[in-house]
Amino acid sequence: MKLLVTYDQRRLFETLLKEKLDLLDVDYKIMGNNEIVFEDDLSTELQNQISQLLNPYGIEVTEQQNLAIVDRIKSAINDMLTSEDAQIVNTSDFLSEKLNYSYSYLSNLFSETTYTSIENYIILCKVDKAKELLLQTDLTLTEIAFKLHYSSVAHLSRQFKKTTGLTPSMFQNIIQKRKQLK
Amino acid sequence: MLNVFLTDDDEDDRLFFQEAIEDIDIDTKLTLFNDGAQLMDYLNAPNAKLPHLIFLDLNMPIKNGMECLAEIKASEKLKDIVVAIYSTSSSDEDVENTFINGANIYINKPNNFKALKKAIKKVIKINWQYHTSNLNRSTFLLRI
Repeated sequence: MKLLVTYDQRRLFETLLKEKLDLLDVDYKIMGNNEIVFEDDLSTELQNQISQLLNPYGIEVTEQQNLAIVDRIKSAINDMLTSEDAQIVNTSDFLSEKLNYSYSYLSNLFSETTYTSIENYIILCKVDKAKELLLQTDLTLTEIAFKLHYSSVAHLSRQFKKTTGLTPSMFQNIIQKRKQLK
Repeated sequence: MLNVFLTDDDEDDRLFFQEAIEDIDIDTKLTLFNDGAQLMDYLNAPNAKLPHLIFLDLNMPIKNGMECLAEIKASEKLKDIVVAIYSTSSSDEDVENTFINGANIYINKPNNFKALKKAIKKVIKINWQYHTSNLNRSTFLLRI
């Protein structure tokens, strides 16, 4: 048999953080924007301890504002793409409102840190989401295009091909055959 | 920092690759191997520092790219490493087979240096995103 699981990334993340931080004797508060605010200044030893607790889960701890902002941009983009709401009309307005910085500042910071533009990153995420929907649901490509706010199915197909070098059906075919091999 | 391995029996090709990778602004550390057997010996050593990405030439003596790919994907320790295969073949069938056997990236080897550089740059940049973001690596396929 096969079971499918669904999960809420945010809840998963915050529960894990809480579980780990509760192991230490510190007063803290988890903010919605990937920040943890501590009541007192932390000793270097304690900071290292926190890093060690969280690193196995792929969570990097940083005091660096830049990386933290890039992570917030990425998580805002993820929220944007997974929300069921009507299409967010303008990505730049959405991001600058959500993060409270001008879009040009965010855009430069993002490119410098990640070697790609926010626009390209969004395309990569949307195609990643399209792959997930192709493999996990019975949705047709037309329905997926609609769900991910593409103007047409042709637009999704073109972007998919441009990003992966494969057509959606070739992609689907490869992953299915891979599973049969195992 | 992105830790990259390259395995190719052709010395000129290795030099081209090296030059192309050094030209990219992402911080990479490149390690070269002359053939598949040498690569696998390294990877299977107990304390080997594993790379994020391996470029494999398909046609090599002793142990070819496909054999290395199969060994890497069958190993619990190595299976999550991103593997980029490059070959002179561009037939859909070859591409598909390589992907089905677990490759993440298929590069149809360009015949000029400029195009090769562009292809490597694209691979490294996209790979960087997979390495630093919450993207699904198990469905990462890229054909260039």
